[in-house]
Amino acid sequence: MTTVGGSEELQSDQHVDLMLNMGPQHPSTHGVFRMLLRVDGEVVLDAEPHIGYLHRGSEKLSEGEQYNQVITLFDRLDYISNFNNEWVYCRAVERLMGLEIPERAEYIRVILGELNRIASHLLFLGTFGLDAGAMTPVMFSFRGRERIQALFEAVSGARMMHNYFHIGGLKEDVPDNFPQLMTKLLSEIWVDVEECDKLLSFNEVFVARTKGVGAIDLETAIDYGWTGPCLRACGLEYDVRRAEPYSLYDRFDFDVPVGKDGDCWDRYFVRVLEMYQSLVIIEQALKDMPPGPVMALGRRLIRPPKGDVYVRAENPRGEIGVYLVSDGTDKPYRVKVRPPSFCSLSALRHLVKGAYIADAVVILGSLDIVLGEVDR
Amino acid sequence: MTTVEDKGQTDGELNALSQKGQDLLNTVTRVLGSRQVKTGVLLDRPQISVDPQEIAEVCRSLKDDPRTSFKTLLCMAAVDYKEYIQMVYFLLSMEKEYTLAVKVDLPYDSPQLPTISGVWRAADWYEREAHDLFGVEFEGHPDPSPLLLYEGFEGYPGRKEFPFHEYDEY
Repeated sequence: MTTVGGSEELQSDQHVDLMLNMGPQHPSTHGVFRMLLRVDGEVVLDAEPHIGYLHRGSEKLSEGEQYNQVITLFDRLDYISNFNNEWVYCRAVERLMGLEIPERAEYIRVILGELNRIASHLLFLGTFGLDAGAMTPVMFSFRGRERIQALFEAVSGARMMHNYFHIGGLKEDVPDNFPQLMTKLLSEIWVDVEECDKLLSFNEVFVARTKGVGAIDLETAIDYGWTGPCLRACGLEYDVRRAEPYSLYDRFDFDVPVGKDGDCWDRYFVRVLEMYQSLVIIEQALKDMPPGPVMALGRRLIRPPKGDVYVRAENPRGEIGVYLVSDGTDKPYRVKVRPPSFCSLSALRHLVKGAYIADAVVILGSLDIVLGEVDR
Repeated sequence: MTTVEDKGQTDGELNALSQKGQDLLNTVTRVLGSRQVKTGVLLDRPQISVDPQEIAEVCRSLKDDPRTSFKTLLCMAAVDYKEYIQMVYFLLSMEKEYTLAVKVDLPYDSPQLPTISGVWRAADWYEREAHDLFGVEFEGHPDPSPLLLYEGFEGYPGRKEFPFHEYDEY
């Protein structure tokens, strides 16, 4: 391989491979992610992803905090879907303690978790549009996301990093006007999601940029450990909410959207359809939500019994898992997170080989990675 | 802080498993045949412990055998128990809808075991991560360069002996 530059004179018939460094400050890498591309003209011959720029040692830090304090660290893993992260950690500790949480708390968790899924997918929709060169959808999708975050603020006091799900239930009950807020929000979000969907999904330029790009077959996707929307885009109907129903998901009636070809457009459209399904779940949950307490524990130190547990949940990015080891003290002995976008990202090299540089950006965007979770 | 005693499961704990989980453990024992396998339970999930040197073959048979068909590697976790390091593999079969935890104990001074990146491609990055943070050596790994840490980082920050929370607050 020859590098460009130096004293060599380039001849027009000379063939040169070029190393192209993308990131860590590149706008389309959605955070601090770097990949080294070896390109021949516009075609990517090989790619080497470099991660770890956001490695804060969250798993190690968890070992030095008390059980309730670890929730704040989980907020900062996948910072686009904070509620879902808090939820899976709280479930792990509750499972270890054999704790049943009040029904009202479960309903509120489902509603907020699904709202967070919509907020996350709306963010994806906007930024993916940007990656593919569409400037308008991000304005619309952020408007919808802003409405959801305003509700999160009304409920938990924070737009992000809520620290609202506690072990045994919730920090406090939702405000009194929660049903009214939700009714108003739902009517607006239905419109927002439909608007974004209409704006982008079947746009001719967008389809041309994404259809048939970055396709992966089902077997390879499973081999790379893909889960969630990325896997479902390959045509397998697998959702943890269905396969191993947790919380109240066995009570709700919803569809699991699947794609066909496993290309970028399918990965995008599966997420759009998921937003509608989340809205369907929220509407059912709001209707059945009972009154009652939202916390099963009093304020006290949490000491789960000795042992270990593995808990699975469906996050917006795929299946998150928490492996928790307890030694009977007030701090976890070991917390290991299975980050869904870590697995999606590990297939990047396979996906971008042979693609154009501009398509590499689209492929990376379609995986919907969050570096806070990849690096931990 | 005390170490966690998770060795030696009693039959009473095995009964905590659902019928499906017990059936799975029986199938797994049959699939692995003559190999030394200790069955157990991880709270509510079936679990087996195997010999470190056999892990690659065990994983290969669990993946390829149609009776188990664990096509997905969900997670790989390294845990530092001070006297030994434990690797925990979580396998998933999407068609049969069950999970299995495979545990392997490694000596603390020289944690070494064969790579399984040839079995599942998902294992590649997980192994590099475990190598970074816990110093576990995976024999035959195609590219054991640091993944989460930078080149030349000293020590294994995941281990218990690695100092942390030792900074001055101003």
